[in-house]
Amino acid sequence: MKSKNILLIFNKNIMYKPIIFRLAKDFDVIFNVLEAKIFPKLEGRIILELRGSDDDIEKSIIYLKNEGVTIEVLADRIYRDDDRCVHCGACTSVCRVDALFIDRSTMEVNFYPEKCVACGLCKVACPVNAMSGASIDIES
Amino acid sequence: MSDFEIKKSYDEINRKIKDGRAVVVTADEMPKIVSDEGVKNAFKKVDVVTTGTFGIMCSSGAFINFGHTRPKMKASRVWLNDVEAYAGIAAVDCYIGATQVRENDPLNMVHPGKFTYGGGHVIEDLISGREVKLYATSYGTDCYPLKEFDKTITMKDLRDAFLYNPRNSYQNYNCAVNMSQKTIYTYMGILRPEMGNATYSSAGMLSPLLNDPYYWTIGVGTKIFLGGAVGAVSWQGTQHSPDSTRGDNGIPREGSGTIAVTGNLKEMSHEYIRGASIAGYGCSLMVGLGIPVPIINEEMAYFTGQSDRDIFCQVIDYGSDYPNGEPRRLGEVSYAELKSGKFELMGRTVQTAPLSSYPMAKKIAAAIKDWIVNGFTIGEPQIQFPTVPLKK
Repeated sequence: MKSKNILLIFNKNIMYKPIIFRLAKDFDVIFNVLEAKIFPKLEGRIILELRGSDDDIEKSIIYLKNEGVTIEVLADRIYRDDDRCVHCGACTSVCRVDALFIDRSTMEVNFYPEKCVACGLCKVACPVNAMSGASIDIES
Repeated sequence: MSDFEIKKSYDEINRKIKDGRAVVVTADEMPKIVSDEGVKNAFKKVDVVTTGTFGIMCSSGAFINFGHTRPKMKASRVWLNDVEAYAGIAAVDCYIGATQVRENDPLNMVHPGKFTYGGGHVIEDLISGREVKLYATSYGTDCYPLKEFDKTITMKDLRDAFLYNPRNSYQNYNCAVNMSQKTIYTYMGILRPEMGNATYSSAGMLSPLLNDPYYWTIGVGTKIFLGGAVGAVSWQGTQHSPDSTRGDNGIPREGSGTIAVTGNLKEMSHEYIRGASIAGYGCSLMVGLGIPVPIINEEMAYFTGQSDRDIFCQVIDYGSDYPNGEPRRLGEVSYAELKSGKFELMGRTVQTAPLSSYPMAKKIAAAIKDWIVNGFTIGEPQIQFPTVPLKK
């Protein structure tokens, strides 16, 4: 069983269409809504954790894309600029899923992008602007 | 106030450094030496303990002289990349403060504000050799007629530039929690409600002033590592308060001593000086600073031999007590506990996060050790700081 965190962007044409229920019904994938928001210009964003076999997750993503949903795989979309990071640790106080985690032997901050749910709080907490990438919020 | 004896002189230590015989260790190595070999032997064996710290230090800034213009100008207001520098000094001198925010920043109008760019970022840009837009205005005088000046500059174009930080390297600091019902955005980071997390900002046993708790070897004129270059302690820092609460080991258990420091901005590295944005709070500067501490007597071996287990700080509520000036302390916690990632407070387990970089502090202490191995000598304080008698 694999797990993948993805960001789904629904434009206004498909925003009220029932789409994600079929992930469980037809693709045997367990989905867990980590975060969801509707923005003023009728764009909906959901962060989902998908759990299932590699094959089923792959098929689910193809299905979602065919329905017109824009998909971003979060592990490929959240970056840490290692030249900017000073390993202060400020981000670790807000990361709820331990994607940013201190190695106690060195006190360095390790980053595990596959655990990230793109809540975007690390971008707010980082004093040196080292974190970037997709998040549920629309970039200003 | 100077109730200490020098049993190993600065001359002796500096002679050893020049001869390549000095024994230099970093402050995180000293506790083991002292516990294995005892204070007496540690004093005989070790000549210098190097320290370091890297964190947000708001009371920082740089004096800049941008050179005389033609025709000449008595700049009365100056901006660098739209960040105003204080220009109420001589003609082309100004002081760019770390926390000054760029003009037209929305501040906290949409809370929490991002504070993307400010004085600290200007300083980082200059050190990195990046272009900075200089704009100055004046009312014009007979000797300084020019009223407006606009130029894109880099560090090379500046006649002089030196960091002058009125309060750095606090000897100990608070551990912050939030007992209110909502998330708050403070200079101690993002604090979740109902003690959801705790933050702290000290390098603990690596921190310069915690290794010399009575300021016997750190005083005016002490040579230091500042932003990657050689700097100096220029005075005791603002809010220097030696008479704060101390433990039986003499080490302050709350914020106490501070130092004012200076150094040549042109020689510094952006690795050790960073502009900082603190959400909901403002702009600032991250400063890398370290001090070599000479082991002049057995007491200094004892102090530098204290580990994170022996150094404590106060837990303060930033939800209500701190902003309202209430002196209440919620408890005490050691740096060993804080570094473990969690500690017990009022019957609950609280997750901790540092705000100052321990890996950078270590790197700075190691860099000074390298300097000394290559002949960097120890500066004797020319004027001692106000202090208190040794706790016995």
